[in-house]
Amino acid sequence: MLYFSKLRIISIFLLSLFFILFASSNLFKFSNNLLDRKINLGLDLQGGSYLLLEIDNTPVIEQKLQNLTITLKNYFKEKNIRINNLNLKNQKLLFTVEEQFKQTVLDVFTDKESDFNPYYQRFKSHQLDIIEENNFFIVNFSKQGLIELKTSSQDQALEIVRRRIDEIGTNEPNILKRGNNRILVELPGLDDPMRIKSLLGKTANLTFRFVTNNDEDTFGAEKLKYEDSNEESMVSKRIILSGDNLLDAQPRMNNETNETVVSFTLDRVGAKRFGKATSTGIGKQLAIVLDGKIISAPVIRDTIASGSGQISGGFTFQSATDLALLLRSGALPAPLNIIEERTVGPDLGQDSIKAGIIALIIGFILVIVFIFVKYKIFGLITNITLIINLFLLIGVLTIFEATLTLPGIAGIILTVGMAVDANVLIFERIKEELKNEKNNLIAFDSGYTKSRTAILDANIITLLAAIILFFMGSGPIKGFSLTLGVGIFTTLFSVYFIARLLTVLYISKNKEKEGLI
Amino acid sequence: MIAFNKYYNHFNIVSTMLVVISLFFLIFKGLNFGIDFKGGTLIELRSSDSKINVSSLRDNLNQMNLGDVSVKNFGDERDFLIKFENNNDKNILEEIKANLDKSFGNNFNFRRVENVGPKVSAELLKSGVIAISVALILMLIYIWIRFEWQFSLGAILALFHDVIVTLGLFSVLGLEINLSIIAAVLTIVGYSMNDTVVIFDRVRENLRKYSDIKIYELTNISINETLSRTLITSITTLLALLSIFFFWWRDSQRIFFSYDLRCSIRNLFFHIYC
Repeated sequence: MLYFSKLRIISIFLLSLFFILFASSNLFKFSNNLLDRKINLGLDLQGGSYLLLEIDNTPVIEQKLQNLTITLKNYFKEKNIRINNLNLKNQKLLFTVEEQFKQTVLDVFTDKESDFNPYYQRFKSHQLDIIEENNFFIVNFSKQGLIELKTSSQDQALEIVRRRIDEIGTNEPNILKRGNNRILVELPGLDDPMRIKSLLGKTANLTFRFVTNNDEDTFGAEKLKYEDSNEESMVSKRIILSGDNLLDAQPRMNNETNETVVSFTLDRVGAKRFGKATSTGIGKQLAIVLDGKIISAPVIRDTIASGSGQISGGFTFQSATDLALLLRSGALPAPLNIIEERTVGPDLGQDSIKAGIIALIIGFILVIVFIFVKYKIFGLITNITLIINLFLLIGVLTIFEATLTLPGIAGIILTVGMAVDANVLIFERIKEELKNEKNNLIAFDSGYTKSRTAILDANIITLLAAIILFFMGSGPIKGFSLTLGVGIFTTLFSVYFIARLLTVLYISKNKEKEGLI
Repeated sequence: MIAFNKYYNHFNIVSTMLVVISLFFLIFKGLNFGIDFKGGTLIELRSSDSKINVSSLRDNLNQMNLGDVSVKNFGDERDFLIKFENNNDKNILEEIKANLDKSFGNNFNFRRVENVGPKVSAELLKSGVIAISVALILMLIYIWIRFEWQFSLGAILALFHDVIVTLGLFSVLGLEINLSIIAAVLTIVGYSMNDTVVIFDRVRENLRKYSDIKIYELTNISINETLSRTLITSITTLLALLSIFFFWWRDSQRIFFSYDLRCSIRNLFFHIYC
């Protein structure tokens, strides 16, 4: 255990230098791109927001089933089968048919190539499940159908969330999928998450519909509230224009009324429809509905063929800006709920970094002094190793551009405390060996050899814990286990290569000295 | 050489009593779960107005119908920690901000806000328990592979003792259990295993060396031989922990290191004989 070839010494030296160079790139700016890497600071250190959003798919499912009712009716009408008692309840579609048609209906739903199973070929599964209960057929989405629906709404929502956040222009946001109905948003350096939260909380489903005064017509119209008052109006369910038809939306100042408005431009299809509706509906009220609430319902005075218009509704400049932003980036397929939020202000982050670094330095000094007092010259070797170990650890984290969090710093400090353990194990073993062995070299050699299994087993045990924590833990646990895990590798390297090398260099010069340790 | 084996009975009585007392507290008093595992909202405030105090803040928040609100000072006089259970109101934070600004003027800096929904907290608790269980099982399997099954059994007992007693301590002191604590528990488990492994390694070695000595004496020899290392490592870990403890002490979340600290001290007394 005490022999080092020249090649080995050089490679240990170069490897250490390599990591130390990377570690130092956190302090200096290198012009070289390869070297110019830095450890990322976690949200708890640089300040920022972590938001976990959950997509509420219930409206999507209901909408899809609602659409299905029409398809269903038409499909069976062609076959002269009457669908009775059709209704939608708890995300299930219920209906009855006459006794003699039951089998036909079941066949249609279980047929692998019918229109109701659009992807049987792909997933070997039906999109819809059907069961018969008390003469009622109950249709709902199958497991596969639900998964398909959730992933597709997740994909859409992710895109919209990204657009909305990009529009606000925060630096380096992190937007990721989690599971099949969640989206994780990390916004570093964000001071006030309230605005983003309110922007992400809106579906931004915009429609233009006529106000009808016919109170009896409940099938084709619905009662909607105004955004800014408790008044209600009957609004037709027929959609003239939706947010999909918008090309652009911007906040503007209307010079005549001195009011902030949102002006919009329509695409070609939209412009055509808008022109037609405004020409036939002069004198009628056109309701502008956002997420089930009427923003305003102006009376149409003229045909608007230019494909652009304005929405007014008592906006402040801020709310007009936000609405324009929401309209530009499009509607979410389903509402999003914020189910977890963690925000750290930038000054708290600064405080944490300061406290962390002070703790690191103090802890380091305490350990170094203790070890030096205990082991003298070998304590010095251990301390040099400890410092190199710290650089190695930071160097590895820098190379992978890992994210350092507050618990991560704690992990580093604990690594410092534990890194001496391996050295202590070795030195104590050597002391034991020296009791029976007068030859320094032999005692040191067997000390190293005999303590090896204990050191490896102990470190592997800790590493196992760190790995499990990293992959199964969340949030602070991950950051902690990362530095702890990486720390184990750098510790083993520095103990078995650097400390051993230094020890060998020392004892080969002091072979005959008694009471070395 | 200290004859640890003479004291085995004493040690066993003490640890059995500690485990029983801990279990008693865990069953009847339970643990104080933080918002990570229970759901709820946590706000860390710093006011720039020194006149604002805990009771005025509490009175103000109590008027908002937030349910059971806890307001605490921590560290500085101007730093407040507010906690309440979630009532599923999406805009509660904006309301609180508006309300505080109205009552006290715009004097607050919201330094930290955490809001965990009931669904997420249940998942975090579940994943925490799973992570701990998997880590424990893996470590025990490792010991089983590297040593004998009897060793693994010994390690299970030692771990069981460690985890129950520390959780019991949490219950007695009413300290909060949050995500960071789970990390701490696993580190402690790792370190405790670490110590166990070092001693086991020596027992394994001595088993080969002296085949004619009784196992009680053999373990005693092994513990004594590794005693100096156990003490020194405990001291260095303790020193590192002390620094964290004092410099992060003011932050409630980092209280978990005080737990590590306790474990280290306890390690000195108990781990020697496991």
